[in-house]
Amino acid sequence: MRPLRPGQDGQPGGAFLRPAGSRPSLHAGVRRDLPGAPDFAAHPFPEPAAARTRRDPAPSRFSYRLHRLWLTPLFRTALRVGLPAYLLVFALGVVLSDEARRDAITGAWEDAWAIIEARPEFRVTGMTVEGASEPVHSALQAMGPESFPVSSFQIDLESLRADFEALDAVASANLRITSEGVLTVHVREREPAVVWRSPEGLELLDGEGHRVARLRRRAARADLPLIGGEGADRAVPEALALIETAEPLGARLRGLVRVGERRWDAVLTDGRRIQLPAQGAGSALERVIALDQSQELLQRDVALVDMRLPGRPTVRMSEEALVELRRIRALERGESNR
Amino acid sequence: MTDLYRKQRAMRQTRRAALQRGVIAVLDVGTSKIACLVLRFDGSERQRAADGVGPMAGQSGFRVIGAATTRSRGVRFGEISAMQETERAVRTALQAAQKMAQMRVDHVIACFSGANPRSYGLAGEVDVEDTAVSERDIARAMAACEAPDLGTAREVLHAQPVNFALDHLSGLADPRGQIGNRLACDMHLLSVDDSAIANLIHCINRCDLELAGVASSGYAAGISSLVEDEQELGAACIDMGGGATGLSIFIRKHMIYADSVRMGGEHVTADISKGLHVPMATAERIKTFYGGVVATGVDDREMIEIGGETGDWEHDRRTVSRAELIGIMRPRVEEILEEVRARLDAAGFEHLPSQQIVLTGGASQIPGLDGLAARILGQQVRLGRPLRVQGLPQAATGPAFSGAVGLSLFAAHPQDEWWDFEIPADRYPARSLRRALRWFRENW
Repeated sequence: MRPLRPGQDGQPGGAFLRPAGSRPSLHAGVRRDLPGAPDFAAHPFPEPAAARTRRDPAPSRFSYRLHRLWLTPLFRTALRVGLPAYLLVFALGVVLSDEARRDAITGAWEDAWAIIEARPEFRVTGMTVEGASEPVHSALQAMGPESFPVSSFQIDLESLRADFEALDAVASANLRITSEGVLTVHVREREPAVVWRSPEGLELLDGEGHRVARLRRRAARADLPLIGGEGADRAVPEALALIETAEPLGARLRGLVRVGERRWDAVLTDGRRIQLPAQGAGSALERVIALDQSQELLQRDVALVDMRLPGRPTVRMSEEALVELRRIRALERGESNR
Repeated sequence: MTDLYRKQRAMRQTRRAALQRGVIAVLDVGTSKIACLVLRFDGSERQRAADGVGPMAGQSGFRVIGAATTRSRGVRFGEISAMQETERAVRTALQAAQKMAQMRVDHVIACFSGANPRSYGLAGEVDVEDTAVSERDIARAMAACEAPDLGTAREVLHAQPVNFALDHLSGLADPRGQIGNRLACDMHLLSVDDSAIANLIHCINRCDLELAGVASSGYAAGISSLVEDEQELGAACIDMGGGATGLSIFIRKHMIYADSVRMGGEHVTADISKGLHVPMATAERIKTFYGGVVATGVDDREMIEIGGETGDWEHDRRTVSRAELIGIMRPRVEEILEEVRARLDAAGFEHLPSQQIVLTGGASQIPGLDGLAARILGQQVRLGRPLRVQGLPQAATGPAFSGAVGLSLFAAHPQDEWWDFEIPADRYPARSLRRALRWFRENW
């Protein structure tokens, strides 16, 4: 059939379409009927060219409007961002609205987490405490995790440390889990500096006045100085400074008593007192000691040295000394009176 | 006339809104093709204006971001004859241009070539109210122009003030602020058939678009293809389109005359189709590949296969020499040019200081046309191509696009029209507040 219809070679107008020196089409955009390379293999009998030139692509009203809608920025943003976001939230809401499904999800999560926690890499097999005395050691052992082995995820080191440091005897605790799976605790204990005779009983305090432990007998820590009185624990550094100042008094100083939570009394053996001012207590004490060293003030029969007014040191003598003094003065006057 | 005035004013307002938004489409509804350009305006124009760069301003302000052409359908002689078909073609072009621009366009400036344009030169004269000419004086001067009888079913397409004269000083481009007593105004008015405009508006509204301006395509082609000195000294632009050939005469940068010949390239194609017994598509192809208007000896020997689809070997293997083809084409082209010549003579083109003629439009690409045109129209003939604008694709830089490019220049730098000025108070309808104010001012 084809030899009979030689002109119909798939191109309208036949072979003259592309002569050697032909100019390109002047209406490149318009000429929709210019065919591309004819595909003879696929279409051995192409339909008449006239039928194809009549095809005239134009967007339908609907597709034209749709295209315009799609080019509207607001619509486009809503479709590209708003719709997926809405669908995601909606789907999540639907899935999570069922109680059983929610439980299944959390259960699966917890199971997975439990498997991770139980791995040997996170296992803690024991606890060692360093730098603690025996009672503190046993107390810390009692406060630590109840049973070993335990997963390191279940040990809250921060709260454990807070618990440890809540002990009065512990100044600071340093916790870490070593790579061998041992919970190591480095403890720095509080050093008792003074014995405080508090209303409740004898207590050991450290240099800052923090309670260290209860003391049953004073004799158990006879090496530590004694302080007393209400609120004395809040002025321990000052007390320690005063005690150091009172070194020359030696064994004559029995202790310090806080008076009115404001100032100190230095109590000497056989009940004699040195009343110190609230401000400048150290220098006042030094003056007393200097007086003692120069004039042997404390060797004399003095019941009380009142240094509360720095400008007017006052001495109260004992009863017998006063009688003796009066007697001596009377004697002096009586020689002339009699 | 107030109705039209209002319509044009609304269009101008729409255009201003579109420029504010920065995107506007330009649609050249032709007989053989529909071209659509999408323009994006950015703020650079305002900066340029401050520099005082006169001639090139206008193109610096916009950029073509989308361009598409499609075969026109349902348009004859530059007028819409089948609304549905034209609407489909406009949709095709607009969708392609929007797709290229990646932007939705809502406002369209359109031009068309047909609809029997008719030019009128009007003159008006008023006394200046104050010593200096104000915008209201200009509006009054234009309103004082005697309105010609346009005939039934005619609309005003352009009404542009082309010249102002103050007392005895003529040739003023912008008389505002000048001191004088009597202001005269020359206006060029172009009227077209109102059904053509109404059809165009309807067609564009059916595409969900708003019309932001209409122009005659001869005017648009003149803006884009005449160079500055031609516009200044006097020149005619002949836009040889598919179904109509538009012509516009420019002097002192204003269009002073426009007309259209209802013949174009499609008629040449139709002649070839009839003469050689080939379908229109084949005739169009033969015309674009082998067409010409000046036959030489070698053309007798250059044989063109014109083909056929009947299945008859003899019929389908016909050949025709190029000389024969030229013999078919030339009389029709001559006829078009003669008709143009007659219109130019009627307009008094020979009185212009310079008589440059610029041929543009798709049909001006016939080889040898300039030589033929020089014989008929006069010696100063050249072929024109549209001005280069930023972003225009290479495929749309040919003379067939001078209308579309000119329309985009028109969109960027619109010519002052009558409706850009305030309506003088006495032309307003009664019960107007302004009229009451005027009465109050005059009497108290």
